[in-house]
Amino acid sequence: MSSVTSPTPQVSLGRRVKRFMSDQPLVPLIILLIALVIVLQILRPGIVNERWLANTVKFSIPLALLAGSQTMTMLTGGIDLSVSTVATMAAFIMASQAAAHGAPVAVLLALLPALLIGIANGIGAGVFRVHPLIMTLGTSLIGAGCLQVYQRTVIATGTRIPDLFTWLGTGVTWGIPNALALFIPVAALILFIQKRTGFGRLLYALGDNEKAARLSGAHYWQVILALYVFSSLLAGVAGLLYVGLIRAPSSLSLAEPLLLPSVAAAVVGGTSIFGGRGGYTGTIVGALILTVLTTLLTILQMPEGARRVLFGAIILLVTAVYLRITEDR
Amino acid sequence: MAEQIVTTQPVLDATGVAKNYGAVAALRNASLSVLPGEVHALMGANGAGKSTLVKILTGAVRPSAGDILIRGKPLDVRSPAQARRAGLVPVYQEPALIPDLDIVSNLRLTRTPVEPFRNWVRELGVPDLDLDDLARDVPLAILRVLDLARALAVQPDVLLLDEMTAALPANLAERVLDVVRRQAAAGRSVIFISHRFVEISALCDRATVLRDGETVGVVDIEPGVEEKIVELMLGARVDRSRPVSASQVAARQPGEKPRLSVRNLSIGTKLNDVSFDLSNGEVAGVVALEGQGQDELFGALAGSIRPAGGTIEVDGRAVRFGHPADAIQAGIAYVPGDRAEALLMQRSVRENIALPFSARLRNWGPIGSQRERGAVSKAIERLQIDTRAQGEVQRLSGGNQQKVTIARWVAADARTILCFDPTRGIDVGTKQEIYKLLRELAGQGKSILFYTSELEEVRRVCDRAIVIFSGRVVDILPVEIADEAALTRASYGLPRGAAADVGILADAAQKGAGAP
Repeated sequence: MSSVTSPTPQVSLGRRVKRFMSDQPLVPLIILLIALVIVLQILRPGIVNERWLANTVKFSIPLALLAGSQTMTMLTGGIDLSVSTVATMAAFIMASQAAAHGAPVAVLLALLPALLIGIANGIGAGVFRVHPLIMTLGTSLIGAGCLQVYQRTVIATGTRIPDLFTWLGTGVTWGIPNALALFIPVAALILFIQKRTGFGRLLYALGDNEKAARLSGAHYWQVILALYVFSSLLAGVAGLLYVGLIRAPSSLSLAEPLLLPSVAAAVVGGTSIFGGRGGYTGTIVGALILTVLTTLLTILQMPEGARRVLFGAIILLVTAVYLRITEDR
Repeated sequence: MAEQIVTTQPVLDATGVAKNYGAVAALRNASLSVLPGEVHALMGANGAGKSTLVKILTGAVRPSAGDILIRGKPLDVRSPAQARRAGLVPVYQEPALIPDLDIVSNLRLTRTPVEPFRNWVRELGVPDLDLDDLARDVPLAILRVLDLARALAVQPDVLLLDEMTAALPANLAERVLDVVRRQAAAGRSVIFISHRFVEISALCDRATVLRDGETVGVVDIEPGVEEKIVELMLGARVDRSRPVSASQVAARQPGEKPRLSVRNLSIGTKLNDVSFDLSNGEVAGVVALEGQGQDELFGALAGSIRPAGGTIEVDGRAVRFGHPADAIQAGIAYVPGDRAEALLMQRSVRENIALPFSARLRNWGPIGSQRERGAVSKAIERLQIDTRAQGEVQRLSGGNQQKVTIARWVAADARTILCFDPTRGIDVGTKQEIYKLLRELAGQGKSILFYTSELEEVRRVCDRAIVIFSGRVVDILPVEIADEAALTRASYGLPRGAAADVGILADAAQKGAGAP
């Protein structure tokens, strides 16, 4: 590969930059993130301080976890639209069972619907080949309905968020958000699965060329089933953390507002919705970018409608530009 | 009758037609002249340029050079619709009706009159057709008949039939031939593309033969013309290459079970009663014209297609493959002809080669066993794959990509490799390397089934050639006599012995066989 000192003059600077960006797709994302922070600092001098930083990280983490589900499923060309419902269910069930049974049992009970929905998604998409978009949308609606029914039956028991999750969600130790204690191991696990395991390799393989993966002996349904179960459990964990952060345990639409941003974070982070391309590191940066962007738009004190319009437009612009500078064809 | 034809003006006259795709000439100097009332065969071996010529005549592809006259008037066919208006209507091998529309709507799309269509359908031997059926609910054989009826209903001056009888049962095929004959009797012309000499001699008046993108001859169909046509298709290419190695099969221990044993295999209408053995240490060539059932044969052995009948034995044990994983488990790996089918284009060389290592559930865990890394590196080295651009396989050259598809199974140490036309479209140097590799693998006791569309490869690589025609094994030639002439004859279903009394062919065959 030609370096900067290369004597070949016909390789233009733009082309060299493209090559570099294509090999290091994280660089433009990080540049964008830093640029956004600088803009924020200019618009509201002094806002970027230690507390702001901790808050940004805190609010990015649940989004990054849900976006982890999207990244994993998108690698195979799928998507998981049930993550917000799964997260909400986990949060609500945990909060409503914690009072009676204690935190550990409540957590297990909370992850049970996540497991079931994951299995249903996996069987639907992997065995019966329903498009994941439809499959996960369907299970999401079913889950939301079940949650409403469940809410009626437990209305008397009251809800309580175990201290552990409040500590995790909102606490800051020596300026570092406690949520990182959960997030760092989980993120490391996701990255390890993607980069260093046979399962991760198959995710990329299925997204790149399902036929080739099949001819190499991979069973599509096995991979997809395991994938959607993992995705759903991850969403459940994200819900438990999120309820500790938001502290609205009786809300039935707790994680709903995170659904589309979780898709956006993965896409902005460079994961292709067509499969085979991307990774979790980009998604984490993507989640940070979206969180900073939200802050930025909030302090501009625009009306809610205009803010949403701008948010959508910026996501489109960033994704389009990002693809242009990193695709080296 | 012949006199009468010669004096009339041709209804279609194409001369000097050429088509270049970049630097590759698919067609160099093709001509085709069809007289009114004539059934004209268009013949040529795989890759001779038949399909390119057909695409040009029907307006699907624009020629780089050449003139096409219809009734003496120059015609600039820019689109299939224009070709239709000029009176030239094709019926392709693949059904052309839109599956999700009913038949009436399909007819409306091409402005085909319904009543004539209905008559033709009846005429062709399908009495009870419901025009409100969706095309996707109609069986394949009937669909082809419908395509033909649709073409006939607009009363074309020139009807172009591409392998029309290929997927048809005998009774329907007979009707089709009959209708074609009557077309000609009514003064209309038919261009008939077929690999079957039986049909051609029964039906056609003349044949135009293509070789390497050029028209090399126009012959009248008369008894014994098969030999002349084969000769034209082969040209002056007399195969002087010696077999690379003596047959290894002879050295096989008596009583040793064959590695792979196929008996009476059949798949739909495509493959019929196919039987052969593949021994350890053998490279067996499979030779066939396009679409004679070789794809299905390889698919069945690879576990992608379930055969309708017959048995497959591996090392003497009967097997049933439900998934390619089952075949791989039995040590049988399939390298598809289309590289795009085998490769993860956006992934690295290493990941592509290592793919089979992760496929099974028990290998989903952490990667990085020394064994795998060693095997992958060794395969890369052995095949001398250029890994400078190893980030993404799509940046590699075609030859290197092809090597990756094979390296995968060298690394996985598959005992049997099914190679489907592995040298198509790659450079000469890489071809040589692949030949050498296949021989080496055989030398190590692996067995290889090798389909090739380039006949001279049989002598370079194979121990035997299994020839398939119309879904049947028509001959199994030992490599000593498997020169291009013998293989071409066999792949058209002509018997082996008949060449003895015919000119050049007999000489070539005798030289090859060392005086029978």
